[in-house]
Order: sequence, then structure tokens, then C-alpha cells
Amino acid sequence: MRSIINYLKEIVFGIWSLMKGMKVTGSYFFRPGTIVTQKYPNNRKELVMFDRFKGEVVMPHNEKNEHKCTGCGICEINCPNGTIEVLSKSILSEDGKKKRVIDKHIYRLGMCTFCALCVKTCPSNALAFGQGFEHAVFNRELLIKQLNNPGSQLMKGVE
Amino acid sequence: MPFDIYDFTSFTKWIDTSLHNAMSPFWTTITEMLIIGVVVLVFYAIVGLFLVYAERKVCAFMQNRLGPNRVGPFGLFQTIADLIKLLFVELIPIKNADKFLFNLAPFIVIIASFMAIAAIPFALGLHAIDLNIGILYVIAVSSMGVIGVLLAGWSSNNKYSLIGAIRSGAQIVSYELSVGLALITIVILAGSMQLSVIVEAQREGWFIFRGHIPAFIAFIIFLISSTAETNRGPFDLAEAESELTAGYHTEYSGIKFAFFFLAEYMNMFIVASIAATVFLGGWMPFHVGSWEGFNNVMDFIPPFIWYLGKTAFVIFMMMWFKWTFPRLRIDQLLTLEWKYLLPINLVNVLVMAFLVLMGWHF
Repeated sequence: MRSIINYLKEIVFGIWSLMKGMKVTGSYFFRPGTIVTQKYPNNRKELVMFDRFKGEVVMPHNEKNEHKCTGCGICEINCPNGTIEVLSKSILSEDGKKKRVIDKHIYRLGMCTFCALCVKTCPSNALAFGQGFEHAVFNRELLIKQLNNPGSQLMKGVE
Repeated sequence: MPFDIYDFTSFTKWIDTSLHNAMSPFWTTITEMLIIGVVVLVFYAIVGLFLVYAERKVCAFMQNRLGPNRVGPFGLFQTIADLIKLLFVELIPIKNADKFLFNLAPFIVIIASFMAIAAIPFALGLHAIDLNIGILYVIAVSSMGVIGVLLAGWSSNNKYSLIGAIRSGAQIVSYELSVGLALITIVILAGSMQLSVIVEAQREGWFIFRGHIPAFIAFIIFLISSTAETNRGPFDLAEAESELTAGYHTEYSGIKFAFFFLAEYMNMFIVASIAATVFLGGWMPFHVGSWEGFNNVMDFIPPFIWYLGKTAFVIFMMMWFKWTFPRLRIDQLLTLEWKYLLPINLVNVLVMAFLVLMGWHF
């Protein structure tokens, strides 16, 4: 008798657990809002990448065309495959002292593995990751980028 | 030319008499067979292509994806593009394969599903051959497909193919029992094996409602065991991709592979139409007792649409099963059949016979 009850219990439990699974897939089927696929080339305009997306390394500038890079070269040392090259020059500051500033911050996108060591180790948070990801070009030379804008200066108060 | 979407009898009669007037009875029969063959072939191709598309769409929506959406509106022409590609694919000759059986197998699979479609009533008068043992014929013919599967596995000279084919054989031999007994339950209720009589008997109410709980249990068992019979997931051990690459059709390419692929979807369609015919009233509209207005509105929908709608519902259920449940192991598969479905089914037939004997059904 007991075994028969167990047998029937097993059947009912089996059907119940199957229905539970079907409820999940069924609810997805009848709610097209849950679809996560992006129709990529068509939705270029409204496509928003997520916050932590590593598109490319950029150097943020403020509205007065100032950046935070002091030209210390820590990013260049940390880069595992020689993607970054910091070319610095020395200028005379207002009080007549010699000061080192960056001339060009060279970033070779074609060699970058997006390990984020440069962004993490920058002592003055001068580097960041941009959201752009459509980097395909016809000439390899175009992948060598200069991150500091022409004519930009070091932000006041960043040493 | 009399044409009525609610009753095709006069239309088919008109074709028959006008052919008789034009030629001798022998040639009339030949011409009618040809016409039906061409119509079924076209129907077969369209349904097969559409089902592949539907499967991919349903599966995609259940997995939070979009599915095919590039070729044509909503990707409707994707399967046509796939078919054209398959037609151009090279047919690779297999070393040490049994050439004759290797080439014969896809045809056996496709002929088996082709023969079953002849006995299915699509609408009033749209019924190629109305045998008085229709259900028996359909069961017999649809289980012939396994011969093609076994031959394909045997002749390919490939261990994966052979394992897949033998699994398929074990599976179909055991699940055929459940399919037969589930249909027998309804045959007891209907008192006939003729499909047109079964459909006609459901004018006042579909058998799934008239037969109380036994009919419902039979419907569920039929769904499960017919899914297994068509080698579809979660019972797709015969072509388990992760274990056997592609099972019995590993060595097939091009149009021969397309035959197997098409036959799988057509078997699903045939099984779904049998379920719709036997349990859900075939092309009969949905009627509720004495609601005159409601019944008239339901009568307004053409029978062919009713038939297709019910079939689509059953097909959707089978796709829902496939994309929800994980694949069974071979011992679990046989346990399900011999320890659960078969005993339940036997008790169910007994209960149904008792119900009919006492006249407790509607």
C-alpha cells in the first residue's frame, strides 16, 4: 500500500516539477520584453553600452581643455605589451622653474589588450575607458592615437 | 464550379465527375492520384519549411533571443535560404558504406511520413483516403519511419550512427505501445477507427471534454509518447548532439540530410494532427451546449482554420517541451515508458471502457 502511495506521489511530484520548468520558459515566450538580443547595426543611435565596458583608453578633458596627466610614465611602465608611450617635454613655469609636462600621450589601440592596468595604476586618474567600440579602419596607422588634445594643459592643482 | 470553404465535398465531387467525363475510369484514378500527390507534396514542402522557421522562433523567444530576423520580414525567408544552400551542398560519398541502403534510407523515412498524411482529414471533404481502420493505418505507417532510421545508422559505417539508430529503435518500439493504447482509449469512446466517424462524433463536444479524466490522461500520454516517437527533445537520444555528433544522420549531407530534417518536422506535424483529430475534434468548431450565438460565431470560422489552429496548438506544446526539459538518459527513457506510462495507460483504458459501459460520458 505504502509503495503505491509513493508511486503516485512520485508521479504528482514529477508533473509538478515539469510544470514549474514550463512556467519559466512559457513566461519568457509570452513576454517579448524579456528579449535581450540587440539588433546591433540598426540600433546604433540608441545603443547604450554598460558602465564597465572597455571600449578604448581615453584621457578625459574638461571644458577648458585641461587634462590630469602629469607625464609620470607609470602607465607606460605598467603596460604589458608596450601600447602606451608618454613623450614628455620640460617647460618653464610662471615662477621660473623647470617643469615636466606631456608633449604626446601615444596610445596604440591595435596592440591594446584592455587589461586596464594603466587606468587602475594612474596616480592622478588621468585615464579612463571610453564607450566607443567601432574601431575598424583601413589603415593600421590610424590605430595609433594621441590621447591628449592638441594645445591642452595640465589641470590646476594636479601635481 | 461549386466551391464552399465549409464543405469541400461538392468541390471534390465536381473534379471527379468532370475527370470521368473527360477520360476512362482507369486514367481518372491515375490523374486523381497524381493531383493528390502534387497537392500533398506542395503542402509538405510549405509546412516543413514553416515548421523549421516556427521552431527556431519559438526556441529563440523561450531563450530570450530574437531568432532569425534578417532574411525577409521577421526572417520569414530564412528557411528558404537555408534550403537553397542545402541543395547546393556536396553529397559526400562514404568509404565502405552500403551504398544502396545508404541512399534508400532517407526515402523510407520520408515515404513513411508521406503515407500517413494521406489518411488525415483536413476539412469536411478534404480527406485523401478515408479508411475504415484509419487510426490503425496511421499508427502502422508512421512507425515505419524507424526502418529508415535503422538503415541509415547501419549503412553509414559509423559507430555514432549505429548507436543513434539502435537507441531510436529501442525508443520507438517501446513508445509505440503508449501511442497505440492512448489512441485505443479514444477508439473505445468513439466506437470506430474511421477518422471521419471520429471527427463527426465530436460535433457536440470534443473527446477531451466528453471523455472526462481518462480522455485527458490519454491526451497527456499521447503527447509525451508521440514526442518520443518522433525522436524530438527531451527524447532526442537518437541524435543527441553532445554524445553522438548527430546520431543516425551523421554521415548524410546536402539534400539527403534535408530529407531527414524535413521528415522529422513532418512527423511532428502528423502526430500533432492526429492528436488534434482524435482528441481535439479535428476540423470541428468549438461548441458549448446550448449557447446558440456562440456556436454560430464558432461555425463561421472555416473548418480548415480550426484544424490548422488545433494542430498548431499541439505543435507549440511539443516545442515547449523540447525547449524546456533536459534530455533523458536511455534507462530513464525506458523507465518512464515501462514503469509509468504503460501501467497508467492500461488502467486508463479500463476506466474508459467502464465509463462507456455505464454511459457516464456526455
